[in-house]
Amino acid sequence: MAETIVFYTLSVLILGLAILVVTAKNAVHSVVALVMTFLCVAALYVVLEAEFLAVIQILVYAGGIVVLYLFVVMLVNLGRSPEEHQDPRRLSVFGLGLAGAMLLEVAGIVVYSYNRSASTVTAPAAASPVQGNTQELGWLLYTDYLIPFELASVLLLVAMVGAIVLAKRDL
Amino acid sequence: MPAGFSTLDFYFILPELVLTGGALLLLLLSVTVPKQDGVLLGVTLVTIATTLVAVSAFAGLDETVSRGLLAIDGFAAFFKVLALLSAALTVLMSAPYLRVEGLKAGEYYFLILCATLGMMFMASGLDLITLFIGLETMALSFYVLVGYLKPNPRSNEAAVKYFLLGAFSLGILLYGMSLLYGATGTTSLAGISAALSGQETSAVLVLAVILVGAGMGFKIAAVPFHMWAPDVYEGAPTPVTAFLSVGSKAASFAMLLRIFVEGLPALAEEWKTLFWGLAVVTMTVGNIAALTQSNLKRMLAYSSIAHAGYLLIGVVVGTERGVASMLVYLGVYLFMQLGVFGIVTAMRRGDIIGDELKDLTGLFKRSPVVGFAMLCFMLSLGGIPPTAGFMGKMWLFGAAIDAGEIWLVVIAVLNSAVSAYYYLRVVVFMWINEDEPAGSPIAIGPTMAVALGVALLGTVVLGVYPQALFEYAQSAASTLDGITSSIALR
Repeated sequence: MAETIVFYTLSVLILGLAILVVTAKNAVHSVVALVMTFLCVAALYVVLEAEFLAVIQILVYAGGIVVLYLFVVMLVNLGRSPEEHQDPRRLSVFGLGLAGAMLLEVAGIVVYSYNRSASTVTAPAAASPVQGNTQELGWLLYTDYLIPFELASVLLLVAMVGAIVLAKRDL
Repeated sequence: MPAGFSTLDFYFILPELVLTGGALLLLLLSVTVPKQDGVLLGVTLVTIATTLVAVSAFAGLDETVSRGLLAIDGFAAFFKVLALLSAALTVLMSAPYLRVEGLKAGEYYFLILCATLGMMFMASGLDLITLFIGLETMALSFYVLVGYLKPNPRSNEAAVKYFLLGAFSLGILLYGMSLLYGATGTTSLAGISAALSGQETSAVLVLAVILVGAGMGFKIAAVPFHMWAPDVYEGAPTPVTAFLSVGSKAASFAMLLRIFVEGLPALAEEWKTLFWGLAVVTMTVGNIAALTQSNLKRMLAYSSIAHAGYLLIGVVVGTERGVASMLVYLGVYLFMQLGVFGIVTAMRRGDIIGDELKDLTGLFKRSPVVGFAMLCFMLSLGGIPPTAGFMGKMWLFGAAIDAGEIWLVVIAVLNSAVSAYYYLRVVVFMWINEDEPAGSPIAIGPTMAVALGVALLGTVVLGVYPQALFEYAQSAASTLDGITSSIALR
């Protein structure tokens, strides 16, 4: 029951924020909404007891990728008209409130699901000799999914070479 | 040795390892060897040839390796050979093109080989994860290759369009895959098939079929997911267009067959209806849009959309004969399509782009051999005997009649008649002899001559003696799991 409520709350938040990402006029607002979306998705992972994925989600998406987005937004400076910024504190109270609510929400979920998973530990089917979320993932990547994992490294190399080819002025 | 991991797996992916090694070597050589173009071309061709030998070493095997992630069977081998052949011909026709355009060869060949690697995994993957990573490896290489003409704004536009729409379609495909995983709890195609057998069709599964179908429809450029194709085909470097329209399409069809025939036989009714509609719209829109094009590459883009429509007939039929006829058609399509693009590539010289229809005027007078080759390719694309294209179509339509898809065949034949108009229009342009500034003969270098020769030989020989290809395709199709030799459901 509680889990269902958490799931739907998070889903509504994710969808609402995702809509905000594409409808926001200001690119920075879009990016901020995007961070929130990523954080809510991470919370969803925690609910699903995939703690490792949640951490990676925050590190890679909310951390790395959003910083890149912000760089792009600031470098490109998407022709913002100065009138929009006459009253920068217009919505600051509302925004602060929203951010606080969000933070509480996420923290609550994390605490709640942490307690819950501690109380109802169910042993997984003894398929692999390792315990724990992260170890399990590592085990799978280096045994069952070794070949796709290695192929992913070629994929990343292609991305790197491609980026250099396209970005370098005269190669 | 822990379970699920064995050195035997590495033995079975030897062709892929050879290809990866060759690609990495290229990258290394491109920064160390001076005067490199010939060396790089040689290394690329040797790598492809060695991989081909390694693939053929596993011919006749029907193994599942790496805990059901990869299949080493006839079906995979057939598509690996297709991918490698189209890569080899593309590389051969790229060599003079790169010189004319002044492009760097090392990274170009590297990306071609990596795209081929992705295609090989798409052909042999038995798991949604392997298939997806293979697809992504191929797609990412193509995004860069399409935009390889950096100073050319049309190439830039094509790359951006392809990248954005490609990323979007991959998202749709992944969403469909995640629904499949959610419904069955496994990403392995055999597991999905087992979990779904005897289960009632639910709305979630139908949605998954539609989403995966749409994602794959983008990759094969089926209407209504074809909007990217004309712009991308026109803007990309011509050899890349050739590789995109043959290699990428063939590999995507392999993945489509794997997912739907092996993974979702329980939903055959649903996806056959979906692909029936897609086939009809794709053929018709492709052919009608091609009628009015004045740019050769754009026209060929619409023509390749129409060919995807014909190929979808084989998916709708879905029997062993249907799949075998698709393989035959893809084999034939490889030679004729690469041949045409080879000629378009050869027409790029000096300051002439050479991809407009009017650039062809007087080609028969200027270069009779090239004109004759173009005539053969056009006849074959139009499906006119005695060329290979006719054999491919006959076999494909025969399989559809066999399965009772009479209406589909009627529509396809009508479409072929329409297509004859625009293919023959190209021939007419070659006969007209106005004294245009483009009236110099076309110089064909040695590598281009080999590529065109192989393509022409394939187109003509397969039209006269298609038996060997038929038998090879038949034996390849029979190794696809879940295939029925009986008449399909519909």
